[in-house]
Amino acid sequence: MSWFVYATVTLLSLVQGNPTVKSSQQQAPPTAEQSVGYVQQQQSTLEYNNMEPKPALTPAEAMPVEELNPSHYPARRAAHVAQHYLNTQHGSPFKLLGVDRVVSATSEEIAGVGMKYVVVFALKEMITNEPMGQCSAEVLYPIGEEQAPPQVQCSCEGLLHIDTKAQEEALYQQLKASDSLVSGHNIPDSYGFIAPEMKPFWHLGGVASSFVMLKESNESTLYNMAQVVNVTQQESQNKELTFQYHVLLHEMVSQEIIHWKLLVAWCPAEGVRVLQTEWQPKCHHCVAPPSNTTLTLYSTS
Amino acid sequence: MRGVLFFFALLVAGHCQTLFIGDQVLRITVKSQEQLGLLQSLEEEQDLELDFWLHPVSSDLPVDIRVPFASLQTVKVFLESNDIPYSVMIKDVQEVLDKEQSDMEANTMRERSSKSFNFGAYHTLETIYNWMDTLVADHPSLVSKVNIGSSYENRPMYALKFSTGGDKRPAIWIDAGIHSREWVSQATAVWTANKIATDYGRDASLTSLLNNMDIYLMIVTNPDGYVFTHTGNRMWRKTRSRISGSSCRGVDPNRNWDAGFGGPGASRNPCSDSYHGPSAHSEVEVQNVVDLIKSHGNFKAFISIHAYSQLLMYPYGYSCNDVPDAPELDSVGRSAVKALGSLYGTRYQVGSICKIIYQASGGSIDWSYNNGIKYSFAFELRDTGRYGFLLPANQIIPTASETWLALKNIMEYVRDHPY
Repeated sequence: MSWFVYATVTLLSLVQGNPTVKSSQQQAPPTAEQSVGYVQQQQSTLEYNNMEPKPALTPAEAMPVEELNPSHYPARRAAHVAQHYLNTQHGSPFKLLGVDRVVSATSEEIAGVGMKYVVVFALKEMITNEPMGQCSAEVLYPIGEEQAPPQVQCSCEGLLHIDTKAQEEALYQQLKASDSLVSGHNIPDSYGFIAPEMKPFWHLGGVASSFVMLKESNESTLYNMAQVVNVTQQESQNKELTFQYHVLLHEMVSQEIIHWKLLVAWCPAEGVRVLQTEWQPKCHHCVAPPSNTTLTLYSTS
Repeated sequence: MRGVLFFFALLVAGHCQTLFIGDQVLRITVKSQEQLGLLQSLEEEQDLELDFWLHPVSSDLPVDIRVPFASLQTVKVFLESNDIPYSVMIKDVQEVLDKEQSDMEANTMRERSSKSFNFGAYHTLETIYNWMDTLVADHPSLVSKVNIGSSYENRPMYALKFSTGGDKRPAIWIDAGIHSREWVSQATAVWTANKIATDYGRDASLTSLLNNMDIYLMIVTNPDGYVFTHTGNRMWRKTRSRISGSSCRGVDPNRNWDAGFGGPGASRNPCSDSYHGPSAHSEVEVQNVVDLIKSHGNFKAFISIHAYSQLLMYPYGYSCNDVPDAPELDSVGRSAVKALGSLYGTRYQVGSICKIIYQASGGSIDWSYNNGIKYSFAFELRDTGRYGFLLPANQIIPTASETWLALKNIMEYVRDHPY
């Protein structure tokens, strides 16, 4: 596939936290004004340094800490960033984390570094709808004109209480043993329907999207995955299962629907890794095939 | 004689629907490569007219064949004599087809009556418009259909007017579906229209409200966009107007109102999903609503229904400064979401647009507020992002039911606080 040649190579590892971008080229988020020209900016190679030390905070440079209204968007956006981060760390085809509500939040401008948010929120596991206690997250949006991913530190009290190992292992073995490769499209479909056997791949798409959504987040964005346009399992090179994803992300502030292609690897032992990401330009004259709602066995003329 | 034969041929030709009476669908599970090979050679037998639904490709996978009645005996003997296990998945294909046909007809007939309309499903514009007619026909003394003008692509824009009489009584405006991809908005409005019509005369509070005020409910405020979400792009948000000088179409109809028009939170890029348009009210869909509201002159509330995020908001969007009535609107909003949450525990946030979600100029409820309609609110319905715009149809009725409690709460307040 030619897109492999042109695609930006991004290596993201699940194990270490705090990925930071090192890029000498402009990396503006695809806002309304810039989305048309974004494709040029994606040609650079991004490297994620997982061991980068956190910026030193000199007390003298810290500004007053501002108490935020937990209902208002600055706190909610910061909590959402923490959610994306948590999913990159802990998400799986059977585990997807979400902010249930923001409890409290503060923001603080760190001169020369960026805006630091401290946000306490109630966490929920989205598949089972289980409340998972509270999390306290520190989200640092770095200063600068170029888009750089926020740095997140997060501790949650209830994360280990949900054990999805058995389900993950079962799916993994089932896919490993199968002769055919899984594929699906329009998940959910126009009517919000998802075939039960496709749900784990929907969740996996959500986790993989979290890597991109985290990377693209700043104080002026709020990302959600809107749909998996298609997912195609690839031939397995090693113990990991790999999937080619085309997802739609919804960015709330600009209201844009942004297309991304992701190459995703997963196995229960290693978790989810995103091997490659490629932003797709907006297609103005796209005609999406209408979704099937009625299953006809045979067409009579 | 030739005439009779000719007539007979014509009769047969006129009924050229293929029938599958007695045909069966067999599922075969081969036990070996050898058996797989036998099935593959069976596929070569043209005169059996076998129709493979799942071809013999691997000894791991089942093989499904629709076997015409005439070939059944031959195929079954072949399978049995070669010790190839099979089961009958469909005993009579024609029976299944007949049932499906009658189910579809029943569905269509069901939808023709407004009372048995499937409110728990998403419908096309045509279906919604047809249903509106049946609602009016079923409640002629309460409900009428008002054509407020045409869309860009010349589709009629209909508002349902609920009125027990009078002349331009104080009125409540509710619009849904101004952003076409927010399907639960239009679906909620359909349910709500039915709720208002059927609860009048039964619910004391609603009855007293309608005895004093009118309700205007616009179910599909952006019909061109809505059609396009069915035929072209499910994620379409804007109108479908052509913009001179651009290959991109459509204007964000909720950035096009004359309230801080062109300010922050709207784009001047025609390809953007929040493009404000060449000028305020450039979109005919917006202008039609503006004309109706202004010519009526007696609206007391203006409520706009969107999705998603679970928010109930009041003005402003174009500025983060509080409107003079903010404390009252906030209090009304809190009371409304409390009522909403009482049904299923669904949690909503309350606040001004600018503070709760984002600064956005050219919004409808900013315009209505600045035009003297104090009780201006915007809803963002379910959910908070899990399904987003693609909310499963089984959540339509729960969403509409809980939202109704909030709407009623607001409308009752408006009724009780005339100004």
